[in-house]
Amino acid sequence: MKQNLHVVIVEKSAERGVLIEQSLRAAGDFDVSIVDDTHGLKARIADLNPDVVLIDIENPSRDTLEELAIASGPLERPVAMFVERSDEGLTRAAIEAGVSAYIVDGLKSDRVKPILDAAVTRFNMFHRMRAELETTKRALEERKVIDRAKGLIMKAKGLGEDEAYALLRKAAMDQNKRVADVAQALVNSAGLLS
Amino acid sequence: MKGTVLSVGFIPLVDAAPLIVAQEMGFAAEEGLALDLVRAPSWSSLRDMLVFGRVDAAHMLSPVPVATAMGLGGAGTDLAVLSILSVNGNVVGVSRELESRLRDHGHDFAFDDAEAAGRALIACAGGGLRIGVPFPFSMHAELLYYWLSALGLPAPQGVDIRTVPPRLMADAIEAGEIDAFCVGEPWGSIAVENGVGALLLPTSRIWAFAPEKALAVRADWVASERNLSARLIRATWQAGRWLERGDNRLLAAELLGRPEYLDLAPEVIDRALSGHLIINSSGETRNVEGFVGFSDAAANFPWRSQAMWIAGQLAARTGLDRVAAMRSAETVFRPDLFRAALDASGADLPGASSKIEGATRVETPVASGTGKLFLGPDSFFDGRTFDPDEAVRGENALKK
Repeated sequence: MKQNLHVVIVEKSAERGVLIEQSLRAAGDFDVSIVDDTHGLKARIADLNPDVVLIDIENPSRDTLEELAIASGPLERPVAMFVERSDEGLTRAAIEAGVSAYIVDGLKSDRVKPILDAAVTRFNMFHRMRAELETTKRALEERKVIDRAKGLIMKAKGLGEDEAYALLRKAAMDQNKRVADVAQALVNSAGLLS
Repeated sequence: MKGTVLSVGFIPLVDAAPLIVAQEMGFAAEEGLALDLVRAPSWSSLRDMLVFGRVDAAHMLSPVPVATAMGLGGAGTDLAVLSILSVNGNVVGVSRELESRLRDHGHDFAFDDAEAAGRALIACAGGGLRIGVPFPFSMHAELLYYWLSALGLPAPQGVDIRTVPPRLMADAIEAGEIDAFCVGEPWGSIAVENGVGALLLPTSRIWAFAPEKALAVRADWVASERNLSARLIRATWQAGRWLERGDNRLLAAELLGRPEYLDLAPEVIDRALSGHLIINSSGETRNVEGFVGFSDAAANFPWRSQAMWIAGQLAARTGLDRVAAMRSAETVFRPDLFRAALDASGADLPGASSKIEGATRVETPVASGTGKLFLGPDSFFDGRTFDPDEAVRGENALKK
């Protein structure tokens, strides 16, 4: 029986860290540690002596991990490679999902694959959640701007709400623009005049 | 009308300017290219994005492709350097605490004497000097090791050089995690601006003509995309010439400061472009001739000897075989491609592909296409020279 692989997750947000950990545990028997503080990152990782380190690609502290490649002499690297070249598809998926992995030199890729697969799925989910959140936020903001523009038109031309909106929509169609953009332009110019 | 889209990765630094200017000022369009500039969060991510094809080309620390060829870091895909985007442009800075110790020691912060600054730094460090650099494979790290070991501080044993991302350098010095740093602009000036550090020396005083950022691509990409490579070389070469003209400086600072690029005040960016730096919280200023170079003296020419110098230094401090390292680095820089791309453009190109680094103390005319090319100065602060031919013969490579 092989020993469990030790995976270290570098993640500032405790919530995200736990979610990644859960995904890993569901994918197999791994020992998982979470590092949530990037101060002294290299020393922490060296102490934990993991087989695999997972870190968000957007985390600038990732560069400190590169030191591990030369930390104990180039011939005995504790955590050396990004990912084995032999598995390019998996690596590409990881990069696109925004997760980078450091893996102990010589570790077989079939032992690493379930870890990366789980991490990739989880990171993709994070992206989707963030994208959804942003879309919702933008929709709400646009809605507010359109309401303000409608109000301006109603006041200036003495129109009802539906008529004001119809005017706004017609202007947008004539100018080949989105209603929200026309509304924003109107609100901006009104701001200048008031 | 848009041209061929090339995605090019960059790190938000002043020396990403040639790529930004190539796109914004139309030099890329003149070559039928549209650069999709992708801002990367870290050097390791940018290198991996390049290796795995997320970007076609990248603004890259010149030692990274060399380190990769030597098997240090990265995924082992060979990279090629098409041109040098910039020479020099980094600063060494110290914490406020170390600044006052240096002043007490009698150091004048003249900003022009690497030996005086280095000796003072070693004297005041009290043994445990911790210096932040942006990446383990960087000109910053190589110049620090070169400088401090030449002055008698055994490196890497006598100094703790650790990696701190440029954007976090000011925070690290404020938090007392490091005593000093070597970083590309504008991040040194940002440390001064935040009142947490003072500037000690421009790295151009350690090596007067250090290849700083390279235009890097995958070696297999360049083999199949000769034509695109040539267009990219020309577009960034034109951008470099544009940047070197003084009257374009303000516009350049404005462009770089935009939210999608550096997202910083143009005033801070202009300090590096003009070489007019504010070195401490009392607002003392220093003028540095040639603080960062984008074009003059064949700055963009990727000299094989530069790659070999980097390889020799890297090998020496990581315990690898120097000659083998230099041999593997030799073909990473591609003067052949650079020359082919610019042959018909009227650029004055050197006849040689390798030179004795550090041997040119004053501007010197050299053999070139039109015979009007001047090189140098490219000296090291301690007057040593690096002869690549001699070095691979395994002889005494660094001599007085």
